[in-house]
Amino acid sequence: MDALDILFTASFWVAAIRIASPLIFATMGELICERAGVLNLGIEGIMTVGAFAGWFTVYSGGDLWTGVAVAALAGAMFGLLHATLTVPLGLSQHVVGIGITLFATSLTYFTYRLALPQVTSPPKIEPFQPFAIPGLSSIPFLGDAVFNQTPLTYLAFLTVALVAWVLYRTPLGLAVRAAGENPSAVEAQGISVNAIRIGAVMVGSALMAVGGAFLTMSAFNSFFFEMINGRGWICIALVVFGSWRPGKALLGAILFAAFDAYQIRLQQLSGGVVPYQLFLMMPYALSILALILVARRASYPKALMVPYQKGER
Amino acid sequence: MRLEPKPAPSLVMLLLYPVGAIVFTLVFASLLVLLAGASPFSVFFLVAKGAAGSQFALFETLTRATPLIFTGLAVAVAFRAKLWNIGAEAQLYIGAVVTVVLGTGALPLPSILLIPLIVIAAMTAGALLLLGPALLKTRFGVDEVVTTLLLNFIVLLFVSMLLEGVLKDPMGLGWPQSQKLIAEARLPRIVTGRRLHCGFGMALVSAVIVWVIMKKTTLGYEMRAAGNNAEGARFVGIPVNRVLMKTALLSGGLAALAGFSEVSGLKGNLTLDLSPGYGYSGIVVAMLAMLNPLGVVVSAIFVAGIFVGADAMSRSTGVPSYIADVMVATALLSMVVAILLARFRVRWR
Repeated sequence: MDALDILFTASFWVAAIRIASPLIFATMGELICERAGVLNLGIEGIMTVGAFAGWFTVYSGGDLWTGVAVAALAGAMFGLLHATLTVPLGLSQHVVGIGITLFATSLTYFTYRLALPQVTSPPKIEPFQPFAIPGLSSIPFLGDAVFNQTPLTYLAFLTVALVAWVLYRTPLGLAVRAAGENPSAVEAQGISVNAIRIGAVMVGSALMAVGGAFLTMSAFNSFFFEMINGRGWICIALVVFGSWRPGKALLGAILFAAFDAYQIRLQQLSGGVVPYQLFLMMPYALSILALILVARRASYPKALMVPYQKGER
Repeated sequence: MRLEPKPAPSLVMLLLYPVGAIVFTLVFASLLVLLAGASPFSVFFLVAKGAAGSQFALFETLTRATPLIFTGLAVAVAFRAKLWNIGAEAQLYIGAVVTVVLGTGALPLPSILLIPLIVIAAMTAGALLLLGPALLKTRFGVDEVVTTLLLNFIVLLFVSMLLEGVLKDPMGLGWPQSQKLIAEARLPRIVTGRRLHCGFGMALVSAVIVWVIMKKTTLGYEMRAAGNNAEGARFVGIPVNRVLMKTALLSGGLAALAGFSEVSGLKGNLTLDLSPGYGYSGIVVAMLAMLNPLGVVVSAIFVAGIFVGADAMSRSTGVPSYIADVMVATALLSMVVAILLARFRVRWR
């Protein structure tokens, strides 16, 4: 098969959309946090928590959607911890974020070892199955690629629409955006900046955790150590690349995932002549490149990483 | 809720809060131990015994502290200037790669020339690796947190590529590992029969040198000024960007020394598991030391003790050794809160 022909197969786009799904959840989560003025570097650890919590719930007998809910709740709890430290206490979002990632990851691994002390190969669950949307899935090509995915993927796309609608069409969204741009204007309206920010970080973290859960409950069917593998950091790059807009970030995530799916197929085509590590490096290198490309015109939320103290100018 | 600066916190208060953070960490860890069905007292006793209960244990702890001192110093220097270097892991591996490239027989020199040469080359490589993200930060405004984090993954894959390619040991039975260093490139052991090596001495000397740089030189002053208030520093004529470059070179070089000392002093060759996250633990080490270079030595030994002790404890009790990672991360978070509470008073209305 020619390297370019790959792009015109439905199976390629099925993979691309599947790879994009966890990134979409987590990117939306990070976007909400940053729009409210909080950089959440706990993302990598919170995704790990979500991946484990969702999978373990199902493994212990819960059904799949309960697993998703538990993952979201666990993510929100770590979000609450992050927000408590960074919003009212105003601690460095860099240090706290890295701290949350280390804390969440190690707590997950500890719990995993505690719950399954003896296992050598991680047990499997019955994950979400692809669900063909009646009607839409019979559209040629597009139907196969987009409308024959697992329910969690559809939820990812719905999430983007919901986030965009809330951010741009509701008073709540206005308050969130203002908290990240001009917090004293929010306070002047009688709304608490801290409450908005804490809420945004909790909701955002819940989405990150669902992104993690997608990996163990939809893309794969068990939990491995280090399975997030930098996806969280990539999502932070995607938020910048998408200039903090849900639609653009979605596009970025799909482009990125398409590239990732493409490098996997190129790797198979190259027949081992080129070291496989070079292909695996590409997603990370691409993220850095994307950051450089948009850096000049990136308009960060003005109050990003600026703690807010009532009555202070 | 408001934060008000405390007028003049006394030294006792400043030290009391960190102690409180450690106590909080122990309490939290106790809960996890109870969850694991063991007794906290016996577990902590076993951790302490495993970390410092015998001459062997103590030497193991100091051996484990060595790379942590280097990465801790790297982070302390960078964070002081608010250069968020989360890439010590990558810089460590680059230092290790350079050590292996130069130390496996390419340069037939006596120890006294070869080791300093490798040290300089390794530090240069680590420094240059961090210079990239630092330049991207000052020139393009690209956040260095994300670039240094992503570089960790790229560099680890690069090392994996080298170990399965040009650096692969032909005698390694197919394992992805490098050849052994020649004897001239090895750092000697401090005590025969123990794993503690001269890298530990180098780490102590580095800590003193970094302390002198930070406290007694213009560069150190400029770094602190750039970190405390970049705008203000610029206003009084400090070339903030150039200071950040120098900070990056120093920080990257220090982290690379961790890789050098692990390969040359301890392992003798390079494998993909050279560092179990020393770059990330360095962040904790630096924060626990409140970014003080001499404090880094103490906190590195403390953190190393937790890891070494927990390994020993885990073998005999079955409590997962990940408790060490949880404790270290908890200590980091409670420490930043403690530092804040020591300086500010929380008013609830």
